[in-house]
Parts: sequence; structure tokens; C-alpha cells
Amino acid sequence: MIDAKRRILLKGSLGAGAIGVAVTAGLITPSTVLAAWPEAAFKATDPASALKGLLGTDATETSDQVMIKAPDIAENGAVVPVTVESSAEGVKSISIIASGNGTPLIASFELGENAAPFVSTRIKMAKTADVVAVVQTDAGILSAAKPVKVTIGGCGG
Amino acid sequence: MSNIKIRAKASNGVTTVKSLMSHEMETGLRKDKKTGEAIPAHFIQEVTAKWNDQVVMTALWSSGVSKNPYLSFKFNGGAAGDTVEITWVDNKGASESATAEIS
Repeated sequence: MIDAKRRILLKGSLGAGAIGVAVTAGLITPSTVLAAWPEAAFKATDPASALKGLLGTDATETSDQVMIKAPDIAENGAVVPVTVESSAEGVKSISIIASGNGTPLIASFELGENAAPFVSTRIKMAKTADVVAVVQTDAGILSAAKPVKVTIGGCGG
Repeated sequence: MSNIKIRAKASNGVTTVKSLMSHEMETGLRKDKKTGEAIPAHFIQEVTAKWNDQVVMTALWSSGVSKNPYLSFKFNGGAAGDTVEITWVDNKGASESATAEIS
């Protein structure tokens, strides 16, 4: 029963992928899309499609202008503190991805005019994996990854 | 009484906000140990932070954010006595809001 529902959700997210295409084609301005919760991105089951759903592309550039702070070893995957900062100019959004999770996109922070490029929160991680910080700037999309070893996963029961 | 705790501190022209929300952040993957039935997903989807009347940050979340979420962010500007308002909306449409003065 539950599995059946999940299949439907997956189908739904494939359909919603079309919205991402519309965004890149300039049919919908990103601001109107981002105002709503990007369901397709959050339902995506791999980091690349999550990024496509969120930002319209999965092309990111690894950059030392993105600083990500997370523990080397997380004893409890249910609570992993993550801090992302950036020294880049014109940061529009910061997203956090746990690559090993069933649905990798954890959070996306849209920064207003006065916001400083800094966010800190606590996330769940299903297993040992990279935590990826993706920073969207005027000049392009930058990213940095930090491997976190998880001893007890924090997503299931 | 609201279940959002906010601390905001201005220093050298930058305000640092730290907040704790109380929410179960259920993923929908866990099963009830007694009945074996899945516990439905229930999590905060959107958090809006305002400085006075200006939105400084909108956070879009999945259920991958830990239970009883902690959120810290910074913004340029802000002075003692200004207000910071944090509002969340969850996937069931419930919402909660709280304000704090910058110290």
C-alpha cells in the first residue's frame, strides 16, 4: 500500500521535472517557482536531479569560496550539525544536500538583500556520505563537499 | 506561548540570529513499533525570517532537517530593539510564528 503510494510520488516527480525544463527555458522566472516549495527537487532520489529540480542545472563548480563545517564522524545520524558559509559575492541561495539519503536535498535557504551568506542547522543522515553545500551566486553555482561518517543512521525506524 | 525560541544579537553591524523550533519533523519512513504502520510525514516546509518588515531569508526544508530544528543565520544591519520574526509552515498547513528583539 505504502509502496504503491511511493511509486505514484515518483511518477509525480518525474512529471514535475518538466517544470525545471520550463525554468531553464525562461518560461517561468525562478522567483515565482522558488516562492513555492519545490516538490520535485525535494522528492528527487539522487543529488543531480535534486539540483536540477531546484536550480535548473546540476552543473556546479567546486570552490574554496564555499566553506562547509560538519563533523568527521557523526555518532547519531539523526542530528548532524552543518554550517555553510561563503565568501563569494552576490550569494542568492545556499542549499544543503546529504548525498547518501534517499531524498538527498535537505534544505535550501533563499537569502534576501541583507542576508549574510551563512546558515547553520542540524540535519539527518541515513548513512556515511558527503554533505554537499551548493551556493548559488550571480556568477554561477559553487559547491563544496565534506565527508561525514555516520555510525547510526537517522532516517528510518 | 509559542514554541519558537529566538536569540538575536547585533555586533559590528551584523546581526546573528539563533532559533530553535519545536517540531517532530517526521520523515514518513518510520514505522510505528506496535502496529507496524508507517508514521505519516510531518515536517516544516518553509521558514521565513523577517527583520522588522523585511524578509531576510526564506528556508525551504525537507524532512531531512533534524527533529526540533535549530537554525542560525546572519544579516547585515540590525540594531538593538529591532524585531526579528520567524514563521514556519509545515506540510499539513500548520504554522507558528514568534518575534524577538535584537539585543
